[in-house]
Amino acid sequence: MSSTPDNFEPRIVAFLCNWCSYTGADLAGISRMNYPANVRAIRLMCSGSVKPFFIMSALHKGADGVLIGGCHIGDCHYQTGNHLTKKRIPITRELLGALGIDPRRVRLEWISAAEGQEFAEVIHEFVKELKALGPNPLAGGDHAH
Amino acid sequence: MKTIKLKINGIETEAPDRTPLLQAAERMGIRIPTLCHHPLLEPYGVCRICTVEVRIRNRVRMVTACNYPVTNGIEVFTDSERVRRNRRMILEWMLARCGHVPVLNRLAEEYGVTEPRFGRGDDDCILCGLCVKVCSEVVGANVLGFFDRGPNRTVSTAYDRTSDRCITCGACAQVCPTGAIRIKDDQEGIYQAMPMGPLTSINIDFMQAVPRKAVIDRDSCIHFKTGKCQVCVDVCEAKAIDHKQEDRVEEVEVGTILLTTGFQLQDPRVLKEYGYGKYKNIMTSLDFEVLNNAGGPTAGKILTADGKVPKSIGIVHCVGSRDQKYHEYCSRVCCMYALKFAHLIKEKIHGCEVYNFYIDMRCFGKGYEEFYNRLLREGVNFVRGKVAEINDAALDPSEEGKLIMRAEDTMIGVVRRIPVDMVVLCLAMEAKPEAKHLSHLFSCSTGKDGFFTEKHPKLAPVSTPADGIFIAGACQGPKDIPDTVAQAGAAASAALSLIQRGEVETEAVTATIQEEMCSGCQICVGVCPYTAITYDKGKNKSSINDALCKGCGTCVAACPAGAAYQKHFRDQQIFAEIDGILAI
Ligand SMILES: Cc1cc2nc3c(=O)[nH]c(=O)nc-3n(C[C@H](O)[C@H](O)[C@H](O)COP(=O)(O)OP(=O)(O)OC[C@H]3O[C@@H](n4cnc5c(N)ncnc54)[C@H](O)[C@@H]3O)c2cc1C
Ligand code: SF4
Ligand code: SF4
Ligand code: FES
Ligand code: FES
Repeated sequence: MSSTPDNFEPRIVAFLCNWCSYTGADLAGISRMNYPANVRAIRLMCSGSVKPFFIMSALHKGADGVLIGGCHIGDCHYQTGNHLTKKRIPITRELLGALGIDPRRVRLEWISAAEGQEFAEVIHEFVKELKALGPNPLAGGDHAH
Repeated sequence: MKTIKLKINGIETEAPDRTPLLQAAERMGIRIPTLCHHPLLEPYGVCRICTVEVRIRNRVRMVTACNYPVTNGIEVFTDSERVRRNRRMILEWMLARCGHVPVLNRLAEEYGVTEPRFGRGDDDCILCGLCVKVCSEVVGANVLGFFDRGPNRTVSTAYDRTSDRCITCGACAQVCPTGAIRIKDDQEGIYQAMPMGPLTSINIDFMQAVPRKAVIDRDSCIHFKTGKCQVCVDVCEAKAIDHKQEDRVEEVEVGTILLTTGFQLQDPRVLKEYGYGKYKNIMTSLDFEVLNNAGGPTAGKILTADGKVPKSIGIVHCVGSRDQKYHEYCSRVCCMYALKFAHLIKEKIHGCEVYNFYIDMRCFGKGYEEFYNRLLREGVNFVRGKVAEINDAALDPSEEGKLIMRAEDTMIGVVRRIPVDMVVLCLAMEAKPEAKHLSHLFSCSTGKDGFFTEKHPKLAPVSTPADGIFIAGACQGPKDIPDTVAQAGAAASAALSLIQRGEVETEAVTATIQEEMCSGCQICVGVCPYTAITYDKGKNKSSINDALCKGCGTCVAACPAGAAYQKHFRDQQIFAEIDGILAI
């Protein structure tokens, strides 16, 4: 994949919870919905188990954007796991801003298992936004290639 | 108690010493007329109509049977000529005050009093005092009393005013032998009480109640108002009535739980355009079920609030269901019970016009479409269209007192205006508001419409994410009885199979706290949704109960010391994944 601005294809790491967003992404696939191939999913049991450290690490290793997907508030399979996500991600984004990384590279979305369409739309939008932002300045560091 | 021997009208008998003579006679089937006597009350002995002749060792006395205690060897005559003469005299005196009271006239006829010597008065109170006594001795409200003396003596309330101590129990009217006391029916009140509400203070809820036991309605029971009455306690042979019973909280240890908490009917008042509560004769489907039930207030007769047989009834389908304003979902059962109602009305009221207003007819089950076709043949009027409004705006005198239903008939494309005598609203089945609380209590979840969510709609339809907690029936979503029973059977056997196995499988992805790294901060304890983490004060360490942990990993992400890890989702594994996907 090239990193030149004109034909720049952002790379997105998506941390998706097993019960809603991962299944939603699956549904987008099963339903044959089109969405850009820029996203790679990592399945976790709950969005509440996404450590800020994972997000930092992904960005540090060259991801242009990180998506965190969880169940809608009130629908978390573990009841309150995503309540913590809801608090944790904004703080992480603030921290990133302080470190000079555009917080828009980290996106939190509630996507239910039934929302394949929404998942596809989120990816479309995110890719568009990241294209406008350009490559992650950290890419090209130690871990970039 | 000592038993004594006595003779009544020449027949030898036995009775416990000092029982009232009236009772001893009644036990032998001998009737003695009474007026001021009531089995629940202490004998008073004022009317004297029960006077009988008693012979004790050759001495003859005239005594009142209701309060005369029998003793050994007495001989009693309840209908001798002397007794009859005496009663005639008493009746003449009474008629002089109350000449037109039915009980007195019946007795007068029996004793041959045709032309009372002292004339016939117009009062209807014979001053027997039963009402006064029942109000004080039984009810305990002490509202009624005797006032004035001699010929002016009356029974009344203090200063003849409506007493605020009266609890309108109606006991006085109940015991009054002449019908002098009447309870006035408050028409408004009757309408309010008509659809439901207990008929008596102590009642069996309904014929099919489980368990089928009598319960006391605290709101109307006299005992809870005045501390007295308890007549039911004396009457109950099983000695089962205990007014001191209180609700008790009991703890029961179980291994599996079935949640079958059901649904609630949507509040009809929300739909202002349908006028529930504003006009009479608009009822919910549940009200109609009660009205139509053989064990209901009208014994199953379909009657309007003023007790008339309706000539036309409108049934509105989909009220609050399939409606973006209220519930988007279909309540599934309304179409079919609406058809059932139409059929029952047709069966019970010959010639009654029934109008079913529907959006779509959803007859989804076995034999259901056939039932719909049968109703078409039975002459039920089906109007396809949503009812826009129900009011009582009559256009001509023939519509006076009727309910006017307005709806667009989408089959013929006109707005119809149909006057009817009664309207039944088939309201949406809703999730109970407390379902949310229950879902937290039982670690399961509710969907956006508030019903419990199953673990998997096809593969685990009665399970929940919490092991050992199963759901069935309308708490999972609107459904009819056959579906409820099928689901309940499945849930029960799923629970049984857990019990049978005797052990539970735990998640493979549970979390673990590495004791040597744990600082004892207890952050994890607070975040775990399953209270799987306990803090050991002595060791100043937290640890996870493997059987309770569901493996959400929340504690892992929260642990500032990095002491907690989740099997199969360890940091190294995630980092390897990140590396892997960024390598391409
Ligand atoms: C007007 C009307 C007519 C209907 N007619 C028909 C018909 O003809 N045929 C048909 O098949 N279906 C009919 N239905 C549908 C039928 O009523 C439901 O399918 C059925 O009642 C569902 O049973 P359930 O046990 O799940 O819920 P419910 O009947 O609602 O029972 C739930 C029970 O749980 C109890 N409960 C709730 N919360 C708690 C708690 N926290 N602790 C302890 N107990 C609790 C409630 O008191 C209640 O007894 C009709 C429904 C309506 C509204
Ligand atoms: S105490 Fe018994 S008899 Fe008296 S009102 Fe209450 S339920 Fe009825
Ligand atoms: S992984 Fe989740 S369920 Fe298990 S102990 Fe941690 S917070 Fe509790
Ligand atoms: S399981 Fe999806 S956010 Fe918790
Ligand atoms: S009934 Fe015995 S005196 Fe009235």
